[in-house]
Amino acid sequence: MYVAVKGGEAAIANAHQLLADRRRGDRSLPAISIDQIVAQLGLAVDRVMAEASLYDRELAALAVRQARGDMIEAIFILRAYRTTLPRFGMSVPVDTAKMKIERRISATYKDLPGGQLLGPTFDYTHRLLDPSLLTDEPVAEPLRRRADESSMMRVSDILAGEGLIEGDGQMPEDHVPGDLTREPLEFPLNRDLRLQALARGDEGFLLALAYSTQRGYARTHPFVGEVRIGEVEVELDIPELGFAVSLGPIQVTECQMVNQFQGSTKNPPQFTRGYGLVFGQSERKAMAMSLVDRALRAEEFGEDIVAPAQDEEFVISHSDNVQATGFVEHLKLPHYVDFQAELDLVRRMRAEHDARNGIEKNDTIRDAAE
Amino acid sequence: MDAIKQNTGMAVNGRKRAMGLLARASAAELQAGWQAIEPKPEVHPVRGPETGLVMVRGRVGGGGDPFNLGEATVSRATVRLASGEIGHGQLLGNDREKARLAAIFDALQQRPEHRAAVDHLIDAVESRIEAEDRKHAEQTAATRVDFFTMVRGDN
Repeated sequence: MYVAVKGGEAAIANAHQLLADRRRGDRSLPAISIDQIVAQLGLAVDRVMAEASLYDRELAALAVRQARGDMIEAIFILRAYRTTLPRFGMSVPVDTAKMKIERRISATYKDLPGGQLLGPTFDYTHRLLDPSLLTDEPVAEPLRRRADESSMMRVSDILAGEGLIEGDGQMPEDHVPGDLTREPLEFPLNRDLRLQALARGDEGFLLALAYSTQRGYARTHPFVGEVRIGEVEVELDIPELGFAVSLGPIQVTECQMVNQFQGSTKNPPQFTRGYGLVFGQSERKAMAMSLVDRALRAEEFGEDIVAPAQDEEFVISHSDNVQATGFVEHLKLPHYVDFQAELDLVRRMRAEHDARNGIEKNDTIRDAAE
Repeated sequence: MDAIKQNTGMAVNGRKRAMGLLARASAAELQAGWQAIEPKPEVHPVRGPETGLVMVRGRVGGGGDPFNLGEATVSRATVRLASGEIGHGQLLGNDREKARLAAIFDALQQRPEHRAAVDHLIDAVESRIEAEDRKHAEQTAATRVDFFTMVRGDN
């Protein structure tokens, strides 16, 4: 017999009111504003935008505040919001060669055109807690130096000059870029769809997979050809006008990972590449993405698939933290009926087992769960 | 024929530039620009203002074929002046009022009597952005690594 049980409405309403109270916290402290979150917790905002797959700093900051700083909850909220909006169209592909550079480094060429620009990096800091941030001490203005006007050549173009690196990824002719927000995923995927999934994938998951490739689970011999962070224009074709107009700039992080490749029957020895492109400033994610992108191209290069990072279905099916958290966290919802059924089953099996082995029945704790 | 084509080309470039700059104008800049328009024209909404999404595309490997990177919020509006000109405004973010004003200025810059006021606004936005970009570029340039080589003596 199935008995539907209702209840909990009052408890749920009160729990949400309590949540609102705890979120606000100590009322003697000023509430944190959205502008403050955007300005001072910018990298948290960027991570939410990247993994929610929605570029909007204000909304991402609102989500961070609403989620009390729980990143995956914030990503979930922003993802849910995007489903309420109509889609106006697709942008013209952003041109990262024309990026307004805020940071650009290469681990393969010391003296590359445009130079090594460190930008606002945590690198070379000592990772010591800074007590001056306990108070609101004045912060010095950054120094300035005359800027080089010439555009920053991509490192991949330098190697391409010698013919020692594979080209940018070309899809078959007439290929329409896949969109996982519109079509359910069907494995195997094309690289364009994998990149879309990786760009919104969980930073921690991709970082761990990338790390696994370095530790020997699918070795890729990587070098950071280039990491660049900066602003690119988003342009949209306006059908009424017949030309594309700029909607404004977005900040992105791009990583070109260069990997040694011995060659195969199909391809000559050359460098191959993994690619990472992420909303906002997120170097770790872009680097991890490029390592995993390269690992997932194993089949293309005739490499043996021996490690988790090379297994497309495993990686892409588990990289989305909203899906992952939904399935893991649903376990805490009431499973009373399922569990009753299992309990009955285990009792019956145990009784049979005991009968077979001549063990006497002991039912002192029995019925506690009922 | 070529002259007409060239003129149309210049008009397209001018409008494209103006729309790109209107998309980057602040709410305060657009409001101030609107205050400066006298007499205020009659404006009819055609579409929106509304907020939706644009799928931002990147290129595989940076320069290869397109892939879908992720979406961005975009607000847009289309307006018509009583004199018939249609204006479009579209910009990143949620600010529908900004999109509406951008659309009005796009329509107004097609009217000779408002041309100068719109140009004034657009030029002001452009110089602000240029100054900000220069400042950022110079701050970044100060973090450029100047390598030096320790030469070992050969005596």
